Amino acid sequence: MSEPNPPTELLSDHVTAQIDQWRQRFPERRQRSAIIGALHAVQHENGGYLTAELMNAVADYLDLPTIQVYEVGTFHSMFQTKPVGRHDVAICTNISCMLRGADDIVAHVEHRLGIKLGDSTEDGRIFLKREEECLAACCGAPMMMVDHKYHENLTIDEVDRILDGLE
Amino acid sequence: MMAYEHNLVCFNTFGSDESWTMKTYEEHDGYKAWRKILAGKMSQEAVIDEVKASGLRGRGGAGFPTGLKWSFMPRDAPGQKYLVCNSDESEPGTCHDREILRYNPHALVEGMAIAAYAMGATVAYNYIRGEFIDEPVPRFEAAVKEAYAAGLLGTDIQGSGIDFELHTFIGAGAYICGEETALLDSLEGKQGKPRFKPPFPANFGLYGRPTTINNTQSLASVPAILRNGHAWFAGLGPEGSGGTAQFSVSGHVEKPGNFELPMGIPFKDLLEICGGVLGGRKLKAVIPGGSSCRVMPGEAIMNCTMDYDSLQQAGSSFGTGAVIVMDETTCMVKVLRRIARFYMAESCGQCTPCREGTGWLYRMLTRIVEGQGREADLDKLLDVANKIEGHTICAFGDASAWPVQSFLEHFHHEFEYMVRNHGRSIVDSPDEAAA
Repeated sequence: MSEPNPPTELLSDHVTAQIDQWRQRFPERRQRSAIIGALHAVQHENGGYLTAELMNAVADYLDLPTIQVYEVGTFHSMFQTKPVGRHDVAICTNISCMLRGADDIVAHVEHRLGIKLGDSTEDGRIFLKREEECLAACCGAPMMMVDHKYHENLTIDEVDRILDGLE
Repeated sequence: MMAYEHNLVCFNTFGSDESWTMKTYEEHDGYKAWRKILAGKMSQEAVIDEVKASGLRGRGGAGFPTGLKWSFMPRDAPGQKYLVCNSDESEPGTCHDREILRYNPHALVEGMAIAAYAMGATVAYNYIRGEFIDEPVPRFEAAVKEAYAAGLLGTDIQGSGIDFELHTFIGAGAYICGEETALLDSLEGKQGKPRFKPPFPANFGLYGRPTTINNTQSLASVPAILRNGHAWFAGLGPEGSGGTAQFSVSGHVEKPGNFELPMGIPFKDLLEICGGVLGGRKLKAVIPGGSSCRVMPGEAIMNCTMDYDSLQQAGSSFGTGAVIVMDETTCMVKVLRRIARFYMAESCGQCTPCREGTGWLYRMLTRIVEGQGREADLDKLLDVANKIEGHTICAFGDASAWPVQSFLEHFHHEFEYMVRNHGRSIVDSPDEAAA
């Protein structure tokens, strides 16, 4: 197995430690399996989105062609490849949530924040994720995920309270 | 309604304090089956035979017999073999694997250890969807850590000669990664795109090695089967549908929730357990097993029992046990449009009929909802759906077609009404709805 490349300046010690942890879960020369874990770590530290430079750094660190990292980075709904607001707000609108009023919540939030799904507020506070697919909390519909935390059985008042609490 | 026992298998620690800890799990006879295996008292064949005889079928949606799947693995062949658990729960309406991961993760750890032993696999990965990172993932990882610390996982476990390493893998949001071969590609660090079969994973799976992929609920059922015996498990449900199922009941019911109940429970009893239809309204339709299953009119499912055979005979399927209930106020056109959007958004794009067809379906349905629909659109919807079904590498294509076919079959008048009335829904026209 080849030695890991020296971490580029773009990846912090914390991030490379996390990537190393992912890498050791897989057999030798199967470091490609660590891409998703690496991108989660990198995106988290970069304020919620990936850049080409960061993906290049991950490829370099894992000794993989950059295209392999781009392929994964652009395939998944949890990875953002454009700058987004600090807080990730994802309102599920799939069938179970729709039946329990998700569309009203989306309309309320769009109105309140003055942005549409897929956009971020101008002050960079909130990223309202594109129309979200099922997040597997259907019995707590309607629900939304804010910075990975699930909020279920939402009401408009509850949504306002959560949004107000985001710095 | 007869009385039903709840939480007999996967949810059996529910209701106890800290139901997710090893201490609680062991108070419920957890790890007894695994310890028996470690003590050399149960052969691989015996485990597989027991699971076969229990009637356990894959709870991820396809319902394939779990024991039979295990028997396909070349367990005595030399070289690395893998077990992979599919915790990439994302079928719309389905949310019970999340409950197992959060509230009884040790059942899954033990089930995975037993399954791996039976198939000669020494390494396993649990592929958990990325959105579960805040609560289900830490719970599962804490359980794995506890099991290692107790000497129940690792190398030459308790001197048994059995090795078993268990790792967590985290996805990043893609429904298609729940298709088992797409999941393997994703685990290998590629885009999750389903593979052609054959070769099947049991021969050429993860990293090209023999691999079996099982659903969370299927694996978490295994310890109880070995503890209580195949006859006990099989006897909980009707012929052909052994055991319990975790029903995720969502939509228009008074008390939505996850309920572990015996297979074969009549739908009307399940509805009663959920407090009935929301607001005492009339039942219109039910999707019995996640959005990929065919929709059923309310009056049809009222006569069904919730098991594989009954729902199949009634023209739908058991799927994941995700029961989506819709009352009389529901506009079926708008619901189908939302479902169609899901399949368009989640198509991996490698097969043309699916990649292009799912977009056609969504755009035509959008046109109808926006009042621009044409009479010919209804036949065209069906035509496009039929051209996707059966013409793709994986079952996702079929899953995108079945809702369209079944909504049009049972609720054609609602689509016609909306086309003729320029986007007005039949549910907004009380006289018409009553007719």
